[in-house]
Amino acid sequence: MQTLKASWFGFEKHWTWYRRNWRATVVTSFLTPVLFLLALGIGFGSQVQSTALIGGVPYLQYIAPALVVVTALQGATFEATYAIMSAFLWQKTYVGMVATPITPAQVLYGQVLWIGAQLFARSAVFVVIAVLLGAAAGPGLLWSVPLGTLAGLAFACPLIAYSARLDKPDSFTTIFRFVLMPMMLFTGAYFPVSQLPDWLVPLVWLTPAWHGIELARGTAFGTLDLLPALGHIAFLTAMTAAGIALAVKTFHRRLAV
Amino acid sequence: MENLVEAKALTKHFGTFEAVRGIDVEVRRGEAFGFLGPNGAGKSSTMRMISCVSGRTGGELKVLGMDPDVDGPKIRARLGVVPQLDNLDTELTVRQNLQVYGRYFGMSRQKCREKATELLEFAQLSDRADHEVEPLSGGMKRRLTIARSLVNDPELLLLDEPTTGLDPQARHLLWDRLFRLKQDGVTLIITTHYMDEAEQLCDRLVVMDGGRIAAEGSPAELIGRYSTREVLELRFQPGAPKPDLERFAERVEVLPDRLLLYTQDGEHTLGKVHEAGVQPVQSLVRRSSLEDVFLKLTGRTLVD
Repeated sequence: MQTLKASWFGFEKHWTWYRRNWRATVVTSFLTPVLFLLALGIGFGSQVQSTALIGGVPYLQYIAPALVVVTALQGATFEATYAIMSAFLWQKTYVGMVATPITPAQVLYGQVLWIGAQLFARSAVFVVIAVLLGAAAGPGLLWSVPLGTLAGLAFACPLIAYSARLDKPDSFTTIFRFVLMPMMLFTGAYFPVSQLPDWLVPLVWLTPAWHGIELARGTAFGTLDLLPALGHIAFLTAMTAAGIALAVKTFHRRLAV
Repeated sequence: MENLVEAKALTKHFGTFEAVRGIDVEVRRGEAFGFLGPNGAGKSSTMRMISCVSGRTGGELKVLGMDPDVDGPKIRARLGVVPQLDNLDTELTVRQNLQVYGRYFGMSRQKCREKATELLEFAQLSDRADHEVEPLSGGMKRRLTIARSLVNDPELLLLDEPTTGLDPQARHLLWDRLFRLKQDGVTLIITTHYMDEAEQLCDRLVVMDGGRIAAEGSPAELIGRYSTREVLELRFQPGAPKPDLERFAERVEVLPDRLLLYTQDGEHTLGKVHEAGVQPVQSLVRRSSLEDVFLKLTGRTLVD
């Protein structure tokens, strides 16, 4: 109970910030889906012939649920890198928080709560725009909102644990280029992973992106069986939980010395 | 009298580095207590242990009668902490900083609003209430940080180098606010490497050096115990050999740029120095300060 309340106060701080600054963020969260769906779904999609491999649906509808997940992962990456480092090193807001009854672990929970809420809101906006642009195959696309959020958290939490150990942001660009970018491109969002060379596929299985995309697309088109669905959810949940457990350690080490 | 802080043989190690090497400290309710020492003396490490943020390596520590290892959050709920480096939320307004911080202590929104208005007044920031924090001057940020630390009406206020980096005017304004808190019965613990700050604010203080306590007492006691009433400072041409003046004073300290002659009557000593034919470029008679106490105890100056 105490932990929940203390974590909520951390969330509230972000909400206070958001109420002042939402205009700046709203542009990104609306523009991203519009640009992606227009360019890749409608523009590029007009030249893509639907195949049995992608379920015979229009390309725009094929990529829509996956794009929700990809956008969530992108947002998660930013929220779990510079924002975390700033709260430790630049603004030092975390340092101020642990001088109150709030513990380092509760600081983390509040942060994760906030990231989760933001991912959920962004994904919801994405789905609304997808519907408006005719990218929704049916009401199943709604599942992409919680599933995109879960995939985003599964990537964000371990990344928070990592960011919390750093003293300078140099390695973040490496993560953007060599982890985030390939993960966005090669995990089944734009083409089925069966088209990848065999040796690459196991690597794809390790990404939260692939599990998230499988879930989001499977629920959007109603093609997902229960057992694989549970497997994907278990993987993403485990990654989130492991990330949080690691981050609790790094937060404590950093804030309580 | 009730002790708000009791430390016995308190130590703090970072790896092989011993930041605090066994200190005994008692802070009584209602007093202003100081840790005076140069950078790296172990003051901040001690403060972090007292503020129940950083665990101790060894020894005993009681804050507000409780063990920080057991009751950290409970103790922190009754403390106010002013850190060495401001950690305000620079993207929030001045008022929001206070309100958000109040919530961390579990205060109701209504109470946070009232408290923020009251503290803005105290910190003389009412006219900046709805401005963002970032463009504020160093002194204003410092005042806001102190106001923020008071949001929970703390019984014990910990200030780590509260005026470092501020101009004289901003420092005096801050000291004035701290005096008012003292008048209101708030117990203060202050670390500083400014002797004038320690003399102005502290009822009692310890001089720290190399992780240990070198001396303890009120500023006047310490000066009486470790120094003479007056000091005669003599400056000579740079590079010129400094004359041996031991016979004119109780003690002589040789600093790179000047000589300090410890004596009961500075003017009288200066007369005798002149009689002996010694011609300093500049001479100054002043009262002894904590700086002299520190020099005597450690052989080094506080601020270099």
